[in-house]
Amino acid sequence: MNNHMSHKTEHSIQHIVELLLSIPFILVLIIYLVSVLISSYRGRSWSLYRSVFWMIGVCCCIVAVAGPLADLAHTDFTVHMVAHLLLGMLGPLLMVLGAPMTLLLRTLSVRQARKLTRILRSKALGVISNPIITSILNVGGLWILYTTNLYAMMHENIFLHVVVHLHVFLAGYFFTVSLIYIDPVPHRTSYFFRAIVLGLALAGHGILSKYIYAYPPNGVPESQARNGGMLMYYGGDMIDLVLIIILCFQWFKATKPRVIISQSSA
Amino acid sequence: MFTKNKNPDIKLKYPNRYAYSNRNLWSGFLFGLGLVAFIDETVFHQLLHWHHFYDRSTTSIGLISDGIFHAFSWLATVGSLFMVADLKRRNAWWYMRWQAGVLIGAGGFNLYDGIIQHKLMRIHQIRYNVDILPYDLVWNITAAIILIIDFSIFMQTQNKLKSERYAHE
Repeated sequence: MNNHMSHKTEHSIQHIVELLLSIPFILVLIIYLVSVLISSYRGRSWSLYRSVFWMIGVCCCIVAVAGPLADLAHTDFTVHMVAHLLLGMLGPLLMVLGAPMTLLLRTLSVRQARKLTRILRSKALGVISNPIITSILNVGGLWILYTTNLYAMMHENIFLHVVVHLHVFLAGYFFTVSLIYIDPVPHRTSYFFRAIVLGLALAGHGILSKYIYAYPPNGVPESQARNGGMLMYYGGDMIDLVLIIILCFQWFKATKPRVIISQSSA
Repeated sequence: MFTKNKNPDIKLKYPNRYAYSNRNLWSGFLFGLGLVAFIDETVFHQLLHWHHFYDRSTTSIGLISDGIFHAFSWLATVGSLFMVADLKRRNAWWYMRWQAGVLIGAGGFNLYDGIIQHKLMRIHQIRYNVDILPYDLVWNITAAIILIIDFSIFMQTQNKLKSERYAHE
């Protein structure tokens, strides 16, 4: 494909792709901020730190898909991995902490909010927000990306490029939503189950990082694969540590003994 | 009943410890696992650079085993500390019992790492370009000593538990 195009058109197509990928993020940022305004106009102020989490999260994603970092990510695998951590892990985590669904439900009219909860309660969403499914979509997707030819093809084909990037973000977001409950979650699973699934997903991520280190994806020089693999390993560890702490803290709060049992022998 | 106890303050403070003896043990066990994995990562990988991130002779089962242990060690460390907070909140904290768990986790994982992961699965060696035997011996004997010390602590808490249950009957 590259051969058919002059350098200039290739460059402008890349800009169009970057714009295409960043539009959804800019949109959700605007919707969120407008909702915050509506909510506070109605006299229910929305927490500042949630808004800040959302804004930083969206910025992480935009930085990963457009601008200088995204440009460099095309040619340098280490930078690609930085972008991957931002788009697939840190961005989604911060956005989930922004509790967008809670904000949306309180901003919508009662009737619209009921419609939305009906969608949230639907069976299809129950399946797609099951931790096992989200883990397979997330980590399994990465295995396919880095162990097949897909990674090399993504740089040649614009359509694939957009699909892979959207998938990385959405899979990361659903993965986070299915493990830590910040927003109202109709389809809940037990803490123990989520902890085990989180552990397995983290293991799959770590094993893939070492695999990339040992067997570079097609078209990636060995030194970049090594740096990228280690970055994926330790960066993933750090973000998963935050997930684990939040999950455990939610368990700790939820299992609080209801009566004071100081003197009774259980 | 309290007068029989050597340390009545502790008894008053944590009256539920015997009912939660298993949870104390589990929490300690998980913390021990996580602690050793953490020491392994910081001391041998990061500070000394003895271990390698990846070693070409690693078998694929070794890669999987290493990945799973690494992932669950994070979970174990954080989870076990929240369990400690939970035990304190339930007035059920029992340090000796917890310590017994820590040593089972630490010694057990060290032995697993030293014999199964390093030797059988050939994940990575303790150190490279040296005679590996003394390193392996020190590694595994340390693990064995930890387990022996642990056994005596565990039996002490076990006796305590038995006598406590007997006293209640």
